[in-house]
Amino acid sequence: MGILEVQNVNKRFGGLQALNNVNLDVAEGSVHALIGPNGAGKSTFLNCLIGKLKPDTGSVLFDGTPVLGKKPHEINQLGVARVFQTPEIFADLTVFENVMIPCFAHRDGAFKVNAFARVMRDKEIRQQAEDILEDMGMKEKMGAHSGALSRGDKRRLEMAMCLVQEPKLLLLDEPTAGMARADTNNTIDLLKHIGETRNITKVIIEHDMHVVFSLATTISVLAQGAIIAEGLPDEIKGHPKVREAYLGEAEV
Amino acid sequence: MTLMRDRTLLIIFSLFVLAAPLIFAPTGAAYPDLLQRFAIYGIFAIGFNILFGLTGYLSFGHAAFLGVGSYSAVWMFKLLSMNILPALLLSVVLAGLFSLLIGYVSLRRSGIYFSILTLALAQMSYNLAYSVLTPLTNGETGLQLRLDDPRILDAAGAEGSLPSTNLFGLEMKEVFWNPTIFGYDLQFNWGYYVSAVMLILSFWISIRIFRSPFGLMLRAIKTNQTRLNYTGVNSRPYTLAAFVISGMFAGLAGGLLASMDPLAGAERMQWTVGGEVVLMVVLGGMGTLIGPMLGAVFIKYFENIFSKINDTVLHGWFAFMPDWLDNFFVAIVSPFVGKGWSLTLGALFMIVVIFLPGGLVDGARRIGRKLTGADKRAAKVGIK
Amino acid sequence: MDAILLQILNGIDKGSAYALIALGLTLIFGTLGVVNFAHGALFMLGAFVAVTVGKVLDISKITIDPSKVDFLGNPAKIRTPYVTDWFGDFGFWMIEWSVLVSVIVAIPVMILIGIIMERGLIKHFYNRPHADQILVTFGLAIVLQEIIKALYGANPIPQSAPDLLKGSVDFGVWVGMAENAVIYPLWRLVYFLFSMLLIGGVFAFLRFTTFGMVVRAGMADRETVGLLGINIDKRFTIMFGVAAAVAGLAGVMYTPINPPNYHMGMDFLVLSFVVVVVGGMGSLPGAVLAGFLLGILESFASMPLIKDTIAAIGLPSIDQIIIYLIAVIVLLVRPRGLMGKAGMMED
Repeated sequence: MGILEVQNVNKRFGGLQALNNVNLDVAEGSVHALIGPNGAGKSTFLNCLIGKLKPDTGSVLFDGTPVLGKKPHEINQLGVARVFQTPEIFADLTVFENVMIPCFAHRDGAFKVNAFARVMRDKEIRQQAEDILEDMGMKEKMGAHSGALSRGDKRRLEMAMCLVQEPKLLLLDEPTAGMARADTNNTIDLLKHIGETRNITKVIIEHDMHVVFSLATTISVLAQGAIIAEGLPDEIKGHPKVREAYLGEAEV
Repeated sequence: MTLMRDRTLLIIFSLFVLAAPLIFAPTGAAYPDLLQRFAIYGIFAIGFNILFGLTGYLSFGHAAFLGVGSYSAVWMFKLLSMNILPALLLSVVLAGLFSLLIGYVSLRRSGIYFSILTLALAQMSYNLAYSVLTPLTNGETGLQLRLDDPRILDAAGAEGSLPSTNLFGLEMKEVFWNPTIFGYDLQFNWGYYVSAVMLILSFWISIRIFRSPFGLMLRAIKTNQTRLNYTGVNSRPYTLAAFVISGMFAGLAGGLLASMDPLAGAERMQWTVGGEVVLMVVLGGMGTLIGPMLGAVFIKYFENIFSKINDTVLHGWFAFMPDWLDNFFVAIVSPFVGKGWSLTLGALFMIVVIFLPGGLVDGARRIGRKLTGADKRAAKVGIK
Repeated sequence: MDAILLQILNGIDKGSAYALIALGLTLIFGTLGVVNFAHGALFMLGAFVAVTVGKVLDISKITIDPSKVDFLGNPAKIRTPYVTDWFGDFGFWMIEWSVLVSVIVAIPVMILIGIIMERGLIKHFYNRPHADQILVTFGLAIVLQEIIKALYGANPIPQSAPDLLKGSVDFGVWVGMAENAVIYPLWRLVYFLFSMLLIGGVFAFLRFTTFGMVVRAGMADRETVGLLGINIDKRFTIMFGVAAAVAGLAGVMYTPINPPNYHMGMDFLVLSFVVVVVGGMGSLPGAVLAGFLLGILESFASMPLIKDTIAAIGLPSIDQIIIYLIAVIVLLVRPRGLMGKAGMMED
């Protein structure tokens, strides 16, 4: 009984069976990596998890609650936060404003007309926002225009926005995509730091094996829409089926 | 502190608005009718800015709410009383309900689809007013006051003449003070001051909304609606709320228009009127506090001036030139003035969208920055 | 039955106009990703090309014929158009068939206008948000409309169809009905056939030429096409010109049906957009289909039988709003439109 239970998820696009009876059980507190060659169906799978796509059959239970068919904001309010491939932030707003929004969402819920309250006067929210920025090492950049940040800083900001809501589950969609080695290491350190200070379950979809083997406690391998292997990192390293599926594609 | 800045802004704004008859006197624009229009369209634009400026959702249909506001007010004048207070209340409520309906339907989609839907629904509302709901709207002729209207709450008026709109006895068309100050003949008129108070109130509301968590969410919708949804916020009711709020402002504006001049016609609901308020907000500076007001005043002011310039006036300007040059310049400038105001407006609008998308406010800021030296601070919290 | 046929026929002329304008709109949106609020203005400009050609052909010299006397007793003035003077019989033919001449003139003129519009303005807005595109093309539409108003005046300028194609045909007889059951103006039939030809031409062009294939590929995935080393920009410019020409020609041929006036562009614009959205944004067959459907629907709604029935319950002139109602219902029930691509999920 994990925090995330995926059962018999199938998804067909015309003639292509994108997801074929996928089952996944994510244990609470673990760092569960989902890997697989290109076209395996990882993005499709993630989109089913967060409400963007509806699978043909199957169920997804988050902490016991069925999640399929729920809207993205409902899923978030249940405790699931998501990090995107390209950092998605509120580019027109300042860093501080970016972080305040998830604070408000966490405290006030999905909708509240508080048109006469003052953002500037909400000490509780402002403190929360300041604290998380400090934790992420971004406090000096508080007043900066977030659209002008470097990619690495945007990633930190996005992470801060997720963490401040104290999610139970963090979904990361190829967080190091397109990054150079230095940035990748920074991201790994950041994720490790989060793991040390908080008890959050993480599901990471990744291509970069270095990242996977640095962080993952469990690995599932998706190939051609089906899970072909699952287990501890060491088990997966030498797994014949995994090598076969990747043949020449892995960056190890 | 932003709070101080806001308070100062509100005070300065209020002073300007209240002293408008004096301030505009040198320009010849200080007569009641025009000043009323500045205030009323300012209210319309401020409300529209809350939707378009903050969330980025472009609605072409807000003229419909202006129209509903006018029709409601006139019906109140006919049925209940010439006192504008109940009329304005009805305008705001009915416009709000109507915008709730239209907003709910239109917001099934976002982006361009939304804009097109509002366009279609606006056109439909216009047709409803013009041809279909004629018992309510009197179609082409428009809704007007008549001597035999019930006016339940009012005492019997003077025989043979239509009563005037008033606020508890203060007549809207009355000039209550006509002094001569600094050599200018000033007219202080109740109609303008009622509108002005409404305007100041509207401006204050918009400040509060901008500075609230609600306003923050609206701005988040504009910059990254998807992210907002994934952050646990349901963007749909926020956008709908902004839509309805802006609809109510439009209703208030419509009601005020009818209060100054008690008739309501379908042409007020044409989508091109909706287009005009978009122009005002974009021209002034969308998403800023003062932009919509600037845009409204700018457009109404120049509309007034331009329509008075005809060929004779032009020849007067170019009189110092030789005849052939004079005629040449008149020929070039002529299409842009007089009845050609729409052409000038369209061209001006294009220029702003292409070169100065931030509008007049942005233009003023750029000039300010050039004058005070380049602003090197990257941090800017508060007013955009 | 004959009433129904008549209404269908009544609807296809407006429907053809909607279909043609919506076709251009969808082309521009699908290839360039630009929302073009000035498209109705292109329709209007086409109509005014026809007006201009008509005026040019009409430029006459005036001679006095002392042998004839007009009703006031003065020597009669004879107006002789220059073209008849220069070209004799051919000149008369040109005046008679001015609409056809306008079509020939309009093709290069409208393509040129389209290209100038695209290179001069539209291309700077490819990467700007849709709202900005709407705003600037809206401004352009106003400017174009006002220029025409300044040049040609505010009143409609009637144009006539060639004598041969004027008048009506007994359409009913052609489909085996009783005589005089369904009479239909011939020119409207011509307009319908013309628009089918035009639509067919565009579709054939897109399907059977390499140029068309590249454009279709660009519609599906612009970036990849660019990466393949194909200069998509030039092709898109030409595409814009073609879309402008289609709208313009629709306008030219429409002039005998409805006298051109300066705001006909805006009049058709709203419904054209409704057509595009109902048909499914980005779907060319959808746009055409929806155009005809909505035209016919508009016609049916104004049918006396239906109109009176609904008027009886207190709502006169329902035809004015029926299209919008139907469009709204379609969009609520089937957000992607009739033929739009599934999965274009809007929140």
